[in-house]
Amino acid sequence: MDPRLTVGARIPIKWVTLFVVIGVILPFFMDGYTTFQATLVMIYAIAILGLNLLTGFNGQFSLGHSAFYAIGAYTAAILYFHYGWPVYATIPVGGIVCFVAGFLFGLPALRLEGLYLALATFALGIAIPQILKSSHLEELTGGVQGLDVFRPAVPEMLPLTMDQWWYLIVFVIMLFMFWVAWNLINSRTGRAMMAIRDNSIAAKSMGVSTSLYKSLTFGVSAFYTGVAGSLSAIIIEFVAPDSFTFQLSILLFIGMVVGGTGSIWGALFGGLFILIIPNFAEEISTGLSYAIFGIILILIIYVMPSGFTGLVNLIRTKIRGRIGTTG
Amino acid sequence: MSHLLEVKGLHASYGPTNVLNGLDFSLEKGGVTTILGANGAGKTTTLRAISGMVTRSGEIKLEETDIGAMATADITRQGIAHVPEGRGTFVRMSTEDNLNLGAYSRNDKAGIAEDIERVYSYFPILKQRRTQQAGTLSGGEAQMLAVGRALMLRPRLLLLDEPSFGLAPLIVQELFAILKRINVEEGVSMLLVEQNAALALEMADHAYLLETGNIVISGTSQSILENETVRRSYLGY
Amino acid sequence: MDLFLQQILTGIANGAIYACLALAVVMIYQAIDHFNFAQGEMAMFSTYICWSLIAAGVPYWAAFFITIIVSFLGGLAIERIIIKPLHHAPVLSHIVVFIGLIAIFNSTAGAIWDHTIKTFPSPFPSGSFGGLIGLHEVGMFFVTLILLLAIFSFFKFTRVGMAMQAAAANPVSAELVGIRVAWMLALGWGLAAAIGAVAGMMIAPIVFLDPNMMLGILLYGFAAAIVGGISSPGGAVAGGFLVGIIENLAGTYIPAIGSELKLTVALVLIVTVLLFKPNGLFGKTIVTRV
Repeated sequence: MDPRLTVGARIPIKWVTLFVVIGVILPFFMDGYTTFQATLVMIYAIAILGLNLLTGFNGQFSLGHSAFYAIGAYTAAILYFHYGWPVYATIPVGGIVCFVAGFLFGLPALRLEGLYLALATFALGIAIPQILKSSHLEELTGGVQGLDVFRPAVPEMLPLTMDQWWYLIVFVIMLFMFWVAWNLINSRTGRAMMAIRDNSIAAKSMGVSTSLYKSLTFGVSAFYTGVAGSLSAIIIEFVAPDSFTFQLSILLFIGMVVGGTGSIWGALFGGLFILIIPNFAEEISTGLSYAIFGIILILIIYVMPSGFTGLVNLIRTKIRGRIGTTG
Repeated sequence: MSHLLEVKGLHASYGPTNVLNGLDFSLEKGGVTTILGANGAGKTTTLRAISGMVTRSGEIKLEETDIGAMATADITRQGIAHVPEGRGTFVRMSTEDNLNLGAYSRNDKAGIAEDIERVYSYFPILKQRRTQQAGTLSGGEAQMLAVGRALMLRPRLLLLDEPSFGLAPLIVQELFAILKRINVEEGVSMLLVEQNAALALEMADHAYLLETGNIVISGTSQSILENETVRRSYLGY
Repeated sequence: MDLFLQQILTGIANGAIYACLALAVVMIYQAIDHFNFAQGEMAMFSTYICWSLIAAGVPYWAAFFITIIVSFLGGLAIERIIIKPLHHAPVLSHIVVFIGLIAIFNSTAGAIWDHTIKTFPSPFPSGSFGGLIGLHEVGMFFVTLILLLAIFSFFKFTRVGMAMQAAAANPVSAELVGIRVAWMLALGWGLAAAIGAVAGMMIAPIVFLDPNMMLGILLYGFAAAIVGGISSPGGAVAGGFLVGIIENLAGTYIPAIGSELKLTVALVLIVTVLLFKPNGLFGKTIVTRV
């Protein structure tokens, strides 16, 4: 892991500035569809970062993060559809609802270690589409039909298309949430989270309240994923139960592993990966994209367990090492 | 007396960290040898290297057979029984099932039944506990079970890793008395690793002193007992 | 009262499905001390192999046993090739591999056999037993019991079965008594894959064959194994029937659940049992003194 991204780190201003500048001007050089896709990448990145806070930094597993993504999306859609909220206001609420849901699910999950937690979340991820379809909730969720969401027009004084406008909104939200995650990881709280991941008994004996931190982390993780879910409902302008199947949990998990567990900015690469690979894979053979995901996933575990971030860091240290010896 | 085990240039490592830097030693047939040393000197690693549980290189000969490149399960079949650090009983299984598993590599049913009785005669408490889950045994009983399980292999050589660890002094005395009996009555050779140097030297006839992966002193227990350095550092008088 | 009895019987019939898969879950847990989240997809894939054999004209029982053997070898191969290098890797790596396997099997099955729902033959006569329970379900009930008996005897009375449990519980000690742990793990995978194949072939006539057929059922299989106690094959089967009955009664008598929220029943069962009775209703309590 890049030491600058962890304990005692400083934000590399130079790189972040470059990233922001490129990020802001990018939508003006892409067509509408590509801009939309790029927006989705960022939304996935937020969700993956949420999962990574839980798994990569706190050592808890979730195979059910599609559930929180769904709760975020439905919160936004329901508030908009039934209560006429402005879509902008639904985004943080989607996150907060998920925080509460995640915290509550995290409380019993506390007693479950490793695989058992994976099992409980696996069950959650599989059950969620059925819950959303339930006739008892149909009035609220629209049942199988789902709910429509319509985005208001771009503010008039801005010379932007709808896609560009929402790209920029998501970009800003993503930057903010990455910044918050970065600060969290580099705080006392973050160190406590990682201490629990590395040795929960030792952390407990050092006075870290493992149960509080674990359920809080679950909540924060769900918050991130929920915000991503809300954003996706707004961008796609539609929610329906079958968008949130177990496959989505798999996708987020893949994105996390590919980007690098325990890496913040790797989440962005993970988001890019899970959006792009199916497109490539479909060209090779229809229907095989998940098989290719599966193979890549297993290969990563063998050759580069630290994911894409690990690869970049390896290359960077190699280059540095070379400069160091010749210079 | 001839050599049972002959070790030459034994290196062992955990990943990139070398723990043993070329040990040469030998064990006499029917004897009890002990390896002394501070924490981290490589005592446990020496036992693990003999059993093939760590990456190792060098020559390890059990009488005529070179076991230096064998897998653990095969080394076991050559007659080396290892009582690991922390006992390593199968906690979810009964005492008797643990003993049965100790004879896993054997096929003679009658002999196995006989040996179980023999183990019970050394450790009568195990017979009382025969249907009890091994995880519920006391520390002393668990250690007896670990030794008993090792005996089920009808070993030529018994590797003992800190058998006294965590046991009350009385239990330790009892355990070591039985170990001595096994050594004398059955001719099982033993390689003993112990923190408690006084205890180990009393039991053993030969001793090696290990310091950071090298043998620094070797000789009969008597000569080691008289060694000034050993006395000061390990026996404390 | 009639409705109640009917629901119990239907519950037992469904329970046979869950019990069957729960046995595979317990098998792999006994062998590797892990869940295999790809278990359902592997069973689905095996069932497709059987379907292809039958479609090619192989008689049912021949196809049945060929599938079991192929699945056994497949499970063995997966362990030797994919899982073995990860023996010392953290839990995360294992979960990643399971997720990878799910994706591979699901996607490949869809690519080979497409996503249309297929019927799958039952080896048992059609019709029902007194109009209450289908004969296929009755047959399946007995297949499950036979499997249970076989697995129970395997673990209880065979050296290999004992060795396998030992290898899972304490690989280091197992190696020290001469057990070839690596092969035990592979054998466990093979056996679990074979049991999963039986479960798949028994389940498919009821739920029909499609690449996603197993996801929900696997959840029930897990629920059954957890309810019954993950360390006990008998418990898993009892758990399977219990889960089947609970599911049906809850669906009938609790209006909020109906037929639509059955997966949620499984979720609630899993979480509740894990929290309050982590060893299951019939599992051995594991006591460890330090």
